[in-house]
Amino acid sequence: MSTELTAWDKVQIARHGRRPHTLDYIRACCEEFVEFHGDRRFGDDPAMVAGVARLDGRTVAVIGHQKGSDTRENLRRNFGMPRPEGYRKALRLFRHAERFGFPVVCFIDTPGADPSMQSEERGQAEAIAENILVMAGLRVPIVATVIGEGGSGGALAIGVADRLLMLEYTTYSVASPEATAAILWHDSARAPEAAQVMRITAPDLLDLGVADAIIAEPEGGAHLDPTAALLNTAAAVRHHVAELAGVPIDVLLARRYAKYRAIGQTQQHPPPPVEPREVPALSFG
Amino acid sequence: MKELFRRTPGRFTSARRDADQQIPENLWTKCPACGEITYVRQLNDQLKVCKCGHHMRLSVAEWLQLFDRESFVEEDRDLAPVDALQFVSAKDNYAQKLRETQAATGMNDALLTGRATLDGAAVQLAISNWEFIGGSMGSVFGERLARATERAAERGVPLITITATGGARQHEGVLSLMQMAKTNMALTRLSAARQLHIALLVDPCYAGVLASYASVADVIIAEPGARIGFAGRRVIEQTIRQKLPASFQTAEFLLEHGMVDMVTPRGELRATIRRLIGLHAPAAAQLSPSDAGVLREPLRLS
Repeated sequence: MSTELTAWDKVQIARHGRRPHTLDYIRACCEEFVEFHGDRRFGDDPAMVAGVARLDGRTVAVIGHQKGSDTRENLRRNFGMPRPEGYRKALRLFRHAERFGFPVVCFIDTPGADPSMQSEERGQAEAIAENILVMAGLRVPIVATVIGEGGSGGALAIGVADRLLMLEYTTYSVASPEATAAILWHDSARAPEAAQVMRITAPDLLDLGVADAIIAEPEGGAHLDPTAALLNTAAAVRHHVAELAGVPIDVLLARRYAKYRAIGQTQQHPPPPVEPREVPALSFG
Repeated sequence: MKELFRRTPGRFTSARRDADQQIPENLWTKCPACGEITYVRQLNDQLKVCKCGHHMRLSVAEWLQLFDRESFVEEDRDLAPVDALQFVSAKDNYAQKLRETQAATGMNDALLTGRATLDGAAVQLAISNWEFIGGSMGSVFGERLARATERAAERGVPLITITATGGARQHEGVLSLMQMAKTNMALTRLSAARQLHIALLVDPCYAGVLASYASVADVIIAEPGARIGFAGRRVIEQTIRQKLPASFQTAEFLLEHGMVDMVTPRGELRATIRRLIGLHAPAAAQLSPSDAGVLREPLRLS
């Protein structure tokens, strides 16, 4: 079945409104969930949920983008597009987890960070950059799972992890296919084509060395049998958290460093020779 | 009569700049902000800053002159990009675009890295090239910056980044996105080595690059009038369905909202960076050759 689906088909499945969302996964994986609110700076962002819970008897910090399952909730949740205060709430939880030695469990499901004037004013770029930096050196294990759309820096801001898991029909990309089509071809209607060339599906990411494992979904997608998807995911998250919890933290950090340092593809060859251009002399004093 | 109104391409265009034109095109430049026409040599004396205050874009070679003459040694020059996604569409062929851009710029990719000195102080530097696919960050950009950052940490010198960029490079897909993690990962080493990262944001500086290394620098300097932001102006205008004020996402706007430390005119950059490096140098190393004479006397008193 999955071999017949195009990348654009998978984008539709990943965005399906009946798919389970972060709070469903938290309830499926964990017990005693207590949700935290607010970034202690500006406000509380319903597009990001965060708190602490018990997973296999171990306390973990759980963080995830939260979409709604109907229009009303989606409006409240800003369609899962966090504002800076959402990322800063996540940041609070990262630091909290580090202080108490809790592993961090993240669920990724966003079209991207909120693009609005207010978010720009409050430093959307800084909020994302700071989270990436803090996750890079966070002294507790991090397991992130893409449960729907992984869109851009807005996803990566809770996605730097020792293990990145992806559900079978999810996507993760540098920008949404619509945005890529708009950036490259000034035509967001060509999103299906962008989806195809961008290599954004779970098998693509495994192949590119970005994802570490794929979690099987029920035939046709998680929305057709949410319980099965939740159970599979819970088992995978528990497995990886347990595995990482046994690794000394300095070993884990060295591995995390090596993992991200290795992502990317380059080769060695000299640049082509060009006619030297005349450079005007500038005196900076 | 009809002939009179027929447009003959290229015949009546007023502003054509051909080689056979009387005035060589490199003699005068028109400011894109105020329209004032300035003698190029005078403009160069003003560091390409128009009388109206508009800071014109500098090339990578021009930015290098911010550092000591002939002090720059390029590193990782032969590191070259790969078309990992085999990105070909009806309008775009990445491999071909790379070849063309490399031939035009003489660079393998959009970031120039290496070591240099600034008034004798050793620094590691990274300058993005806007002419290379909009200064976009792909695998080579990320790798070069990560190596430069690690070298700065190992050598115990500050890192200076000069960035004009549209963001992550679409043609390398999620690999480009992951360079945001890679560059910030390397910055943890710089931080552990207690070395300074100064980021200079120049026009324009956007998206994935602003949302990674450029925003977590110890000191962030922006050029006057530079447009800086996460989401593109057009995207926001489409979302809110209204025009944004002209001041939105300018360097001054970011200063007002606490996102940059200072907006520094080009003529004051060198002195500002020099002072910052000096203030952060370990006490024993603060005697640079030119300062040593000045400080010798008070030291003798003690």
